[in-house]
Amino acid sequence: MTDTTNAPIPSQDKGSLFQKLELDMRLLGMIGALFILCLGFSWFTDGRFLTPRNIFNLTIQTVSVAIMACGMVFVIVNRHIDLSVGALLATTSAVMAMMQTQVLPEMFGLGHPMIWVLAVISGLLVGTLIGAFQGWLVGYLTIPAFIVTLGGFLVWRNVAWYLTSGQTIGPLDRTFLIFGGTNGTLGTTWSWVAAVIAIVAAIWAMSNARRAKSAHGFPVKPIWAELTLYGIIIASIVSFIAVLNSYFIPERRLQRMFDERGEVLPEGLTVGYGLPVSVLILILVAVVLSIVAKRTRFGRYIFATGGNPDAAELSGINTRRLTVKIFALMGFLCALSAVVASARLSNHSNDIGTLDELRVIAAAVIGGTALAGGFGTIYGAIIGALIMQSLQSGMAMVGVDAPFQNIVVGTVLVLAVLIDIIYRKRVGAK
Amino acid sequence: MTQQTQAPLVELKNISIAFGGIKAVDDVSVDLRPGEVVGLLGHNGAGKSTLIKVLSGAYAKDAGEIFINGEQVEIDSPRDARANNIETIYQTLALADNLDAASNLFLGRELMTPFGLVDDAAMEAECRKIMGRLNPNFQKFNEPVSALSGGQRQSVAIARAVYFNARILIMDEPTAALGPHETQMVADLIQQLKAQGIGIFLIDHDVHSVMELCDRASVMKNGQLVGTVNIADVTDDDLLSMIILGKNPTEEANK
Repeated sequence: MTDTTNAPIPSQDKGSLFQKLELDMRLLGMIGALFILCLGFSWFTDGRFLTPRNIFNLTIQTVSVAIMACGMVFVIVNRHIDLSVGALLATTSAVMAMMQTQVLPEMFGLGHPMIWVLAVISGLLVGTLIGAFQGWLVGYLTIPAFIVTLGGFLVWRNVAWYLTSGQTIGPLDRTFLIFGGTNGTLGTTWSWVAAVIAIVAAIWAMSNARRAKSAHGFPVKPIWAELTLYGIIIASIVSFIAVLNSYFIPERRLQRMFDERGEVLPEGLTVGYGLPVSVLILILVAVVLSIVAKRTRFGRYIFATGGNPDAAELSGINTRRLTVKIFALMGFLCALSAVVASARLSNHSNDIGTLDELRVIAAAVIGGTALAGGFGTIYGAIIGALIMQSLQSGMAMVGVDAPFQNIVVGTVLVLAVLIDIIYRKRVGAK
Repeated sequence: MTQQTQAPLVELKNISIAFGGIKAVDDVSVDLRPGEVVGLLGHNGAGKSTLIKVLSGAYAKDAGEIFINGEQVEIDSPRDARANNIETIYQTLALADNLDAASNLFLGRELMTPFGLVDDAAMEAECRKIMGRLNPNFQKFNEPVSALSGGQRQSVAIARAVYFNARILIMDEPTAALGPHETQMVADLIQQLKAQGIGIFLIDHDVHSVMELCDRASVMKNGQLVGTVNIADVTDDDLLSMIILGKNPTEEANK
């Protein structure tokens, strides 16, 4: 350790298999927990838990909470909290429902192709504006985020109620329903196309990062480790798509689809659902936000401010404006979640998104986001959301009584944070 | 040194700042010439850090003027200070503990790729270069700075101030957390920077290190300037009596 000024960078030849692969231990831990959970439920339900049908349902049930959890990571990393996401989801959902069932059909006529586009745009706009407003209250007027969003929790839940007079609004626009899950999937062929694109993009990104490192003479992991990672990624993407493709559209539903088009259902035809559009949206959100977190100034400043707000300010970062942007992003993602959630239910109901704020925060925290700020990952939040949803629907399948379901979920939340604290202490307060 | 003929690098004129009725800095004027180290002395709460935070853009002054190279400037934010080549090493170091050394070094001034993304590899390469000069033993480039020792953290903070070609350097108790070896390293660095013509404000509690490192010293007490003296003209005891009693033994020394 007594190198001179221009000493070469020492190569890392220490360490176990995992260190060579440079895999995040926390990520492995979470995936391991999810795995054990799935295998356990599968055993208790005679394999019903891990059928393509149930996996398909699990993914589309997770999407809404997972999208918001991605934004919540930024909010919590920045040392804030947002208790209003469920209520904000309800307001934006109400706005979009009213737009596409009452306002826009009056202007354009029922069934106009622009209706769903304008409805979604207005929802996203309202969500972003409300989020930015809350962020302004927090950042510029320095009201604690807990209070602002606790107020927002009551306000937006009831704004939604007021907008719809408490009624269930539906049916929603037919094209709009595509974002909802079973109502909109890519089909087997396009799902494979998506898989190929994902694989190419992942390998391109990884080899690019490797090239950038070696261009500066930094140590890179051995080529076999790199190739092993490629293999793992390809295998996971392929198997995920294969599973979704092997959940077949029920025969009666298929019959109805052919009848609508005036065609005859060929004898013995089976069609797989493939990748739901909502899951595709979640994947895009996750990829974009991961890049934002790791590779943009905005993301860097969120983490810097979470780590040390004073240092960030002294470095010339406008932390107030940053707060507004983070909450605006959170509002946008709530609206996006509202699209998915209301399209999945094919109508807007008054209780949509109830308790989502707690699920979203729990997903982010189970995924390793530290409430003290400064640490958190997008993929962690998504796995956290998956763990929560698996627990919930797994227990329902096994037949656990409703009160016990929530008792277990609550306990798991506290335990997950405890394990995280112990882990952090072991690796040295990272 | 031939500094007497040059326009001062920095002039703080009649600076005042108050917090809730308490005058933390009251009508204080100090100046700094190129290649000069000016010590700021005083008890805790004398107003030295507050005065210097006006120059670094962390606090907004209530009254007074700031001149750089003879021209009046407005410094309303840390960004303005940086634009005027003023760099600060804060007593608290002002590091984001959860980020690595390179991210801290470039915080607020990240190197970007042509696609508008943060260029981590380039920043790490630059970070390795400057750390190789300042602290050759430094190896923990891929760990958050919370995993570093006090001296290593200090060297990251110093690297950040030195890397961006500062003309004016503010050091707020830079050796407070350091061992003797690292303190010597900072002393050597100050000599080196001085030789490059950089002006340095050095805030320090330790009269001996001020005697050793500084050309002049300005002493503050209760928010007011007691006086500015040439180090060559005074003794340790003179400085101590200025700090403790607020008496200026050599009123004419600086004229």
